[in-house]
Amino acid sequence: MSALVLAEHDNQSLKSATLHAITAARALADGVDVLVIGSSVEGAAAASAAIPGVAKVFRAEAPYLAQPTAENVAATALAAIARGEYSHVIAAATSFGKNVLPRIAATLDVAQISDVIAIEGPDTFTRPIYAGNAFATVRSSDAIKVVTIRTTAFDAAPSSGGSGSIENISAAPNVTTAKVIGQELTKSARPELTSARVVVSGGRGMASGDNFRMLEALADKLNAAIGASRAAVDAGYVPNDYQVGQTGKIVAPDLYIAVGISGAIQHLAGMKDSKVIVAINKDAEAPIFQIADYGLVGDLFEIIPALTAELSS
Amino acid sequence: MKILVAVKRVIDFNVKVRVKSDGTGVETTNVKMSMNPFDEIAIEEAVRLKEKGVVTEIVAVSCGGSSSQETLRTALALGADRAILVQTDADLQPLAVAKVLAAIARKEAPEIVILGKQAIDDDANQTGQMLAALLDWPQATFASKVDISERKATVKREVDGGLEIVEVHLPAVVTTDLRLNEPRYATLPNIMKAKKKPLETLTPETLGVDVAPRLATLKVTEPAKRKGGGRVADVKELVARLRNEAKVLP
Repeated sequence: MSALVLAEHDNQSLKSATLHAITAARALADGVDVLVIGSSVEGAAAASAAIPGVAKVFRAEAPYLAQPTAENVAATALAAIARGEYSHVIAAATSFGKNVLPRIAATLDVAQISDVIAIEGPDTFTRPIYAGNAFATVRSSDAIKVVTIRTTAFDAAPSSGGSGSIENISAAPNVTTAKVIGQELTKSARPELTSARVVVSGGRGMASGDNFRMLEALADKLNAAIGASRAAVDAGYVPNDYQVGQTGKIVAPDLYIAVGISGAIQHLAGMKDSKVIVAINKDAEAPIFQIADYGLVGDLFEIIPALTAELSS
Repeated sequence: MKILVAVKRVIDFNVKVRVKSDGTGVETTNVKMSMNPFDEIAIEEAVRLKEKGVVTEIVAVSCGGSSSQETLRTALALGADRAILVQTDADLQPLAVAKVLAAIARKEAPEIVILGKQAIDDDANQTGQMLAALLDWPQATFASKVDISERKATVKREVDGGLEIVEVHLPAVVTTDLRLNEPRYATLPNIMKAKKKPLETLTPETLGVDVAPRLATLKVTEPAKRKGGGRVADVKELVARLRNEAKVLP
């Protein structure tokens, strides 16, 4: 039996999250098919077919899928699932995957297992609960397992070497009760937060959005992505997509530098799998120091420029 | 316009959760319980819509044991007009809860069902989406702004790349994200008044819903503890150790 991976893409290219989903799929099933839903998706479809282990890529296109809604993606995905014999339906646990997959699970009348971090068997998964303070290992007895995976827990599949075939399938009719009418996406030349090797993250201690420029200078030296705690986002210092935490982004970079972040449980949930954690805070009692490999107590407004200068020497 | 708000009783977000030594779950005896923070945001949004005159009736619903009555009384104190407890001691999972809420929604015929995007205990982030699918309604998840006009809701959503704005026809399911609003506190007079507001108790059986869990929990474990507590004296030491010891500098 095969696994069907719901690709996340921008029509031209595949989002890296999908590469991690494909690795998980290959661990769960003998065959892996990929479903690419959108408008003019040749690029994303070709990229999917080039991934080793991908047997078939299904392309479902329509003009109304250019900015797809969960309703439309689920409708087309359900049609694709009905055409095949799938043991698993998989997506990365991104805001896209989280939005769409439960609709598919409920329509199929099966449970969904969200945010899987380890696969114990084709029907047995481990996932974090209580903001990652506990892990639950669960077994599904449903005929189809609908699963979202945490990208930081699975390596990205290689993006070349595969020879999958591409097949066009019909898109389901437009579900007109929902429509995307606008987007405000952050444009950045920096690496993507969820896949960056280095993340520099600012918290309430940054005191203003302007002060984040200091972190940008440091991030430039490290080719880092910039993240933030909930407090910094709530205060309006940075947009919501910078938030790292239980209900924001989950990151596991080689190096996470937490600047002016106290280290609430909910923030730790999003970054405690980082290889190395550095904490800079003027409060020696801040909980972040309990998980930091290198903690520097002091004034971040002196330390960050000094750190940036030291890295340039 | 009637709005249905689903609320869940969870371990309070400030509690340091402990895994039971027998691996069957987390410790809940004598642990502080509260309304799921995202559900507080949902109640607040419903109350604001009522204050604006958009909504005329707020019905709060919760699924769980009899202690979920406390959570419903809090919802009533915050401004819900009446409450429904669907009482069961079953191990409730999102699909079952979605089916219960769908049955309630078919009875109550609200224009909007609003719930938290995820519960901070299971962190599943599924129930709202599943409910929308079961009712064949559109959904607007991770809402940071909700505007209701005529027969539509225009919702700003927080997504990985920033913000997305969707327009959904009513009736629809909305799930709340952190920045939708800042919930009010229940005042003592309102807590007293809430004791007199109607709270109806039903069971999944009377609704015709099978709430048996689909996922069997084999074990609950603690993640490996991180060592932490390392200190450096200054920036020079930090950079030297990151470079030579940790070897993480590019």
